[in-house]
Amino acid sequence: MSEYIDVDALLRVVVAAVIVGAGLPAMFALGVRALVPSGAGRADAAGAALGESAGGSSGASAEVRVGHVGAGRRVAAVASFAVCVAAIVAGIAFIVSGGH
Amino acid sequence: MEYVTEPILLVVVVVTALAFDFTNGFHDTGNAMATSIATRALKPKAAVLLSASLNLVGAFLSLAVAATIAKGIVDAGVVTLPVVLAGLVGGIVWNLLTWLFGIPSSSSHALIGGVVGAVLAAVGTDGVIWSGVISKVMLPALIAPVLAIGVGALGTWMVARITKDIPEDTNSRMFRWGQIGSASLVSLAHGTNDAQKSMGIILLALIAGGAVDESSGVPFWVVASCAIAMGLGTYLGGWRVIRTLGKGLVEIDSRQGMAAETSSAAVILLSSHFGYSLSTTHVATGSILGSGVGMPGAKVRWGVAGRMFTAWLVTLPAAGIVGAACLWLDEAIGGDAGSYVVFGLLVAVSTAIWLVSRRKPVDHTNVNDEWEDASTQVAEVVATHDPAALATVGAGPAPSGTAATTHRTDDQDGRA
Repeated sequence: MSEYIDVDALLRVVVAAVIVGAGLPAMFALGVRALVPSGAGRADAAGAALGESAGGSSGASAEVRVGHVGAGRRVAAVASFAVCVAAIVAGIAFIVSGGH
Repeated sequence: MEYVTEPILLVVVVVTALAFDFTNGFHDTGNAMATSIATRALKPKAAVLLSASLNLVGAFLSLAVAATIAKGIVDAGVVTLPVVLAGLVGGIVWNLLTWLFGIPSSSSHALIGGVVGAVLAAVGTDGVIWSGVISKVMLPALIAPVLAIGVGALGTWMVARITKDIPEDTNSRMFRWGQIGSASLVSLAHGTNDAQKSMGIILLALIAGGAVDESSGVPFWVVASCAIAMGLGTYLGGWRVIRTLGKGLVEIDSRQGMAAETSSAAVILLSSHFGYSLSTTHVATGSILGSGVGMPGAKVRWGVAGRMFTAWLVTLPAAGIVGAACLWLDEAIGGDAGSYVVFGLLVAVSTAIWLVSRRKPVDHTNVNDEWEDASTQVAEVVATHDPAALATVGAGPAPSGTAATTHRTDDQDGRA
């Protein structure tokens, strides 16, 4: 088989694809997770603080709006999204540079 | 400029290459945009417009791989204008047939199959580099879907776990941006990769026809016309294929769509980076399947997937047979006239396929209709060789067809 397959190149593709291809969606999901308050069942500190601030600004609105989250979570979310944007920019740069 | 030996034939070949480029565009729109259309992250028309623009831009970005697509697969010395023409016809016919049945299949494999078939017909087995066929075409076709299913499934599973307690509408709202971003990258990469293949074919024809030097680069008009043909093809939208990818294989939500397109973009770009090019279609389809495998509780229609895998296996020989038949016909008639007849035949067959597709049109208005499991019906009418029933079932998507069911019953009764 090795006469037809460059096993080394294939392994690199597999490892890199798993890290980037599955890692980036997870990173994006973490960003979303950080930006959205935890569900009603969970009462951790961040969630409680979020609920408070949301209640203060939008009255009796049942839905906690995105954006009314603690600074720490916002930073985490921005960092996660920044990684995703950076990956897209890297992808475009790769295409422009002609690949290979 | 050198003396052009057969100017009219050369024009015919270039036009056919642009036609192939066009079918490549509309056949592959779904690779990037099917998930965004299915989850309504983008309106169908907006999605194809975005994808078309990015394909157009992508085609201008790089000329690095505008070498011949058949390099290392067939002996470059035996490639003549009739061989290129026959190969292109094989690729186009297979692209149109798979589109008619709504099957995503690799445009480059179709083209390679057509060229290999034409070379076989022209000079026999010596003209084909079989180790190249195995290592550059067949093995990647096995590896691509497996890898993409794995990556897509893992990504989807992690996303699903991380976001499981977030309300659905919030997820949809946020993930649509990730979905649009990743799908755009797939479109851009497609424009760059696939348009270059057509440019390579046209350059090959120009050299074979004596219109440009062998050392010549790709003329700008070739780049521009390939970019426009692909952009137009993409904008037309292969709605039948989009429907299969977005609705047929897996019922998809924004999170799955985002994970699938990211997986596609990553696998396509990384494999090309490490010198192991995989087919965009195989990767994109694998990723979408993976997003169904990795999503807890999601339904994957393996029947539809199986039909598609079968088509992938058949792509190379089927396009090859068409390519070989065209070359034989060309040589039997002889001279330039043979090539004109082949071209005329291509126009006739394409028109016929288009007319059949109009019987049960799939377009931006019904692309997202509920999927009825028509795959078994199609399989059955194919098995019983009933062209009338086949036309009724059409692409399988059959957005509102109950006629298909009737036919199936008839067939079963008739055979019982």
